[in-house]
Amino acid sequence: MTVIPIEELTLRQRTAVAVDEPRLRISLERATDTLSSRQSTAYGQFADPERLRSAARAAKAQVLSRLPDVLEQLADRLEASGVVVHWASTDREACDVVTTIAMERGVRRVVKSKSMLTEEIGLNQALDGIGVEVTETDLGEWIIQLAGETPSHIIVPAIHRDRAQCRDALQTVSDEPLGDAPQDLAAFAREALRSRFLAADMGISGVNFAVAESGSLILVTNEGNGRLTTSVPPIHVAMLGMERVLESWDQLDLFLALLTRAATGQPITTYVSAITGPAQAEEGEGPEEVHVVIVDNGRSEILGTEFTEMLACIRCGACLNACPVYRVTGGHAYGWVYPGPMGAVLTPLLLESEAAGEVADASSLCGACWEACPVGIPLQDMLLALRRRQAEEATLAERTAWRVWAAAWSRPSTYRASLRTGAIATGMFDPSSLRGPVRRWSDGREMPKVPKRSFRQQWKESRQ
Amino acid sequence: MQPVPEVSLFPTCIVDAVKPEIGFATAHILERMGYAVAVPDAATCCGQPAWNAGHAEAAAEVARTTLEALAETGQEIVVPAGSCATMIRVFWRELFELHGDAEDRELVANVAARTFELSEFMDARGAPNGDIDDPESVVYHRSCHMQRELDIVEQPEAVLDTYIADRRRSASEGRCCGFGGMFSIKLPEASVAMADEVLDSLAATGAARVVSCDASCLMQLEGRAARRGMDLAFVHLAEVADRATGSPT
Repeated sequence: MTVIPIEELTLRQRTAVAVDEPRLRISLERATDTLSSRQSTAYGQFADPERLRSAARAAKAQVLSRLPDVLEQLADRLEASGVVVHWASTDREACDVVTTIAMERGVRRVVKSKSMLTEEIGLNQALDGIGVEVTETDLGEWIIQLAGETPSHIIVPAIHRDRAQCRDALQTVSDEPLGDAPQDLAAFAREALRSRFLAADMGISGVNFAVAESGSLILVTNEGNGRLTTSVPPIHVAMLGMERVLESWDQLDLFLALLTRAATGQPITTYVSAITGPAQAEEGEGPEEVHVVIVDNGRSEILGTEFTEMLACIRCGACLNACPVYRVTGGHAYGWVYPGPMGAVLTPLLLESEAAGEVADASSLCGACWEACPVGIPLQDMLLALRRRQAEEATLAERTAWRVWAAAWSRPSTYRASLRTGAIATGMFDPSSLRGPVRRWSDGREMPKVPKRSFRQQWKESRQ
Repeated sequence: MQPVPEVSLFPTCIVDAVKPEIGFATAHILERMGYAVAVPDAATCCGQPAWNAGHAEAAAEVARTTLEALAETGQEIVVPAGSCATMIRVFWRELFELHGDAEDRELVANVAARTFELSEFMDARGAPNGDIDDPESVVYHRSCHMQRELDIVEQPEAVLDTYIADRRRSASEGRCCGFGGMFSIKLPEASVAMADEVLDSLAATGAARVVSCDASCLMQLEGRAARRGMDLAFVHLAEVADRATGSPT
């Protein structure tokens, strides 16, 4: 299963397909349980996790309140150390920057380390369009690239595949038959990717954090592919979402501690790389050119709205692992790049289409995401705010249905009458215009037995 | 003679319409705690179905009726539902910020301050003594808004432990049952899959009964368990307490 475009199937259809895949369910259950329990164990290392969460939330609010200044400082420092800074307003512009560099330098082969931003802007397709061969070098990301899929988790892109399915994907580029032991698959990938790193003309990475005070790009990785991507090829292009900037190394200290624990339960990842410019004259190694593309693509429109805090998201994936909906549907059902609760908020905000708006419904508003979020983003409140925005554009039928419900239930007499008609059993959950509300409940569940007389009626009689 | 203190019972629409037995069980407990129970007649629904669906204006229209009815009582208000208690205590403030005036907001502050979820009220004021130590095992299902918005986690467990000798804990403790109001029919397949996950781990405890403080979670879990033919009973905490403190079963 790969991403199901939101224009083709409704959210309900997409989730229904997903929950019906037993292998997917098992993979998800296992992986999200492991990740969630690792997060809580790692959080146990903090004396006061709540204090850190509040501090991170406050720090992000401060950065976002002066984002243009912080970005300008970052760009100045980067340029001072010889980095070429590009600004892109849209996905199209961001891709154009990269394809232009590639064409000007005659780039034929690109290696990439994992970057959700490049998925968001469709960079691989753009490079493919100019005949550049792209290899994803994060193991999970490479597996799904070979399988022709998209990531279904922002940290663990192949979370939906079990071991055998991962082997099948890698088998497509192996002459020898592969077993499905994880260490053998990793060893094969390591060997196979090494030649691609050496042959690459350009390396493309994302950026976990950018630090404005020193003009540094921070990459947080485990496999070492990030370091190879950014140091072996002669050109390094870093793709930076404009909200991923911090003011200082003090802030970075806090956010690193939270990110690695929230994402994978590690006190720190195997590699944390800080890139501050291309190779200097006295340095024997490193890229000759470093470019940073600072991408807006809808983010500045979120700034200053009731959704501003969504720009505090550090892409750790903790809300996905905690979400009971994600746990049964996986990421592809969300229909776009970002899944889980953070995706259910970002998709409507960044895509701005009717089909995208519906994704805010992919939540029972249980609040487990908010509880898991290392920076305390009130995701369930944002989902609710998105639903309110969506309701303003609801069909006339839906709005009318709610108005009729409100008129009836705001008067005790008509409320009581509606209970008597027994309409409540279905009506109270669906006064709107969904088709077949009863079957929507009863296809999977028994209907509750509705008593002939309401509690109030029986209560009054019992007190006479 | 001391006057008998009065308390208002807001049964919620779902208990009113679908589960009257929970309303009676709640009233019995409150009476055994020494309160005279009044059920405000004009209160209807807290507005939550519309609020969660994004239709805040409709929610406010319905909630205002209930707000005014509860404001008139002047007494402490007990709600046998974690999510409706949350609506009143947490979300009404937001709702009437959006669709209300200063007077509404004053009433909300007043009502919210004297509204209690049932197990919270029992724990704070002293749950009535149980005559029998119910030997039948239970597992408690935490409802989402109650645990995360109201932070009421230990109270229902403490109350249950005064009546039940064998309370078990499930591996999925704290996970949503998949109801979520309109969510349950907007995305029924996902909703049912979520119920299955929770039911499987509740059943794995071997407990005979699942107890919750929300009739809505119970309806979701019970409806799904019945369809699957599972051998599990579903009861509200009020019913457990009622049975343990004197009501014939």
